[in-house]
Amino acid sequence: MDAVTTGGVWLRVRRGVSAYGQEAVVLGALVVLMIGVGLYNSRFLSDTNLTSVFSGNAYIAVAAIGMSMVIITGNIDVSVGALIGILGTISGTLAVNGAPIWVCWGVPLVVGMAVNAVIGVLVAYARIPAIVVTLGMLSILRGVLISATGGKWITGLPDAFRLAQMRFFGVPSGVFIAAILTVLAALWMRYSATGRAIYAVGGNAEAARAAGIRTQGMLVLVFALHGAFAGVAAVLFATQLQVIQSTVPPNLEMSIITASVIGGVSILGGTGTVIGSTLAALLFSTIASALVFVDISAYWLRAVLGLLILATVLVDMVRRRRKGRLAP
Amino acid sequence: MKLSLRALLRHETVLALLTVVVLAGLAQQSDRFFTADNLLNQGRLMAEVGFAAVAMTFVIVTGGIDLSAGSILGLGAIMVGVFWKNVGLPLPVAMALAVVVGGVCGLVNGLIITRFTVPPLIATLATQSLFRGLAEGISRSRSVRGYPEWFFVLGQGDVAGIPTQVWILVISAVVAAFVLGRTTFGRSTYALGANEVAAKFSGVAVNRTKLLIYTGSGVAAGLAAVIFVSRVSTTRSDMGTGLELDAITAVVLGGTSIFGGRGTIVGTVLGLVLIQALRNGLALAGVKGDGTIMVIGAVLILAILVSNLLGRDGDG
Repeated sequence: MDAVTTGGVWLRVRRGVSAYGQEAVVLGALVVLMIGVGLYNSRFLSDTNLTSVFSGNAYIAVAAIGMSMVIITGNIDVSVGALIGILGTISGTLAVNGAPIWVCWGVPLVVGMAVNAVIGVLVAYARIPAIVVTLGMLSILRGVLISATGGKWITGLPDAFRLAQMRFFGVPSGVFIAAILTVLAALWMRYSATGRAIYAVGGNAEAARAAGIRTQGMLVLVFALHGAFAGVAAVLFATQLQVIQSTVPPNLEMSIITASVIGGVSILGGTGTVIGSTLAALLFSTIASALVFVDISAYWLRAVLGLLILATVLVDMVRRRRKGRLAP
Repeated sequence: MKLSLRALLRHETVLALLTVVVLAGLAQQSDRFFTADNLLNQGRLMAEVGFAAVAMTFVIVTGGIDLSAGSILGLGAIMVGVFWKNVGLPLPVAMALAVVVGGVCGLVNGLIITRFTVPPLIATLATQSLFRGLAEGISRSRSVRGYPEWFFVLGQGDVAGIPTQVWILVISAVVAAFVLGRTTFGRSTYALGANEVAAKFSGVAVNRTKLLIYTGSGVAAGLAAVIFVSRVSTTRSDMGTGLELDAITAVVLGGTSIFGGRGTIVGTVLGLVLIQALRNGLALAGVKGDGTIMVIGAVLILAILVSNLLGRDGDG
């Protein structure tokens, strides 16, 4: 191979990396981690373990798609964890009361859209900052979750209801759904007019308005879509186990926001892709599993995660700064 | 005349009226609410969030946020136990070191935010995991108990009939109100929250101010940790989970703009009182805990909505 083609290939790779910078960093970290831990302990790459790694965080990946859209518009939602708990409970309650499966799976989407459309209206039309609205909603939804479940677990779920335990074409359903939704959302956001408008609103709301985008309606739409993704995530979360617990993991909303942000969605709005957030969700479950295989006590899991998140953020900041210096 | 009307409709005034109405209403609901015993006890319960909220006011006035406050509290609490029981230091030294650990955590936040220009939300989201993770890893989910009797004065005792931590909180709030409202440092804080670039060119030491504020937030969380441990007589790594959101709620309810540049300590204290009064009063009136947190959420949204409608002068 002569120097010119090598340079050409290298340049193309460099260009790809700089267009999808943060996604490339996360993917790189994921590959290095998988190979490294696989070499240390080959059971890590076994079929069963990889399946659990890939499907364990599928619901976080799905929820992070909607969250990424919200963050790209320059907003945030800290209430989604409680919402997922409520939607899961609704879904399970319908299932044990003998509702048809499509109702059990469909109603959470609709309710999620409705609840988050309210958030969208408060943000877009009442002009209350999203963090304030969703902080308030976090309290309200947590209260609803506690009073709705009364702390009781839902048991006796019908087999046909357990979406997360099914396989589509031999792939665990969670992985399948997360992958399909990620690809569809990424394509929609990159190529459709509405998708581009989401970036425009986040990049510069005034300019977007001047360009004829109905920015307020767009915000309501994005929040509603985010609610629908939360609905899918809730069904996946609720059907993971044989029972539906009355609580969601503490700080679930933070895990979802973290996946978006580590995946390269700028908290300032206007940039990022849902591919990054899905990769980041996968990275987290890989790290969690890897710790077990390299014999690090599970007590250190969160510290290691925090350190890696911090490292990713710092690498990204340094990379952006260097890029800013190169391109005037 | 117009000016005085505008002043009357300031967020703090609206909030103070709302607080009075709520207090009166709650006193009607239960005769146990407006007793000295109950009110003092509520002050005790409010103190930990109070420290975090007072410090958080500075952070939010700069346009930043600190999501790691609750995790710093958890780590600080663990360190009290570790320094005292495992390292074998005298308890007062362990307490002081726990506050120092809080300060160091805050300094780390400040350094990440100023040196690497990471947005505060992301920086403290990452350190929220990191600090909580350190607390979990160091403690291995074991709790430390068996503190000497004098230690509980801080969290369970009284000075001149008023809970010790309420004294500390009141003094901290007064000092903070003075610093934010009456000193050059306070003016710098507002200036850099309103327009960071303009502040920088006006000679405000932007990075040093931010470093001090985030370190202060860490110190406040460390102090809250020591008082928390003294109040509940044990240390656990999950202490203070969600504390930052309670603190932010109080600050925002108190009229501090989440975009920075506007807000007062008086507002934050009113926000704290209103939340705690609702929590306690509704519980006494027979509303269950889940109903109470729903009301607090609704009050937060409504208060900002009303304040937006009344005080619409262009800054949202």
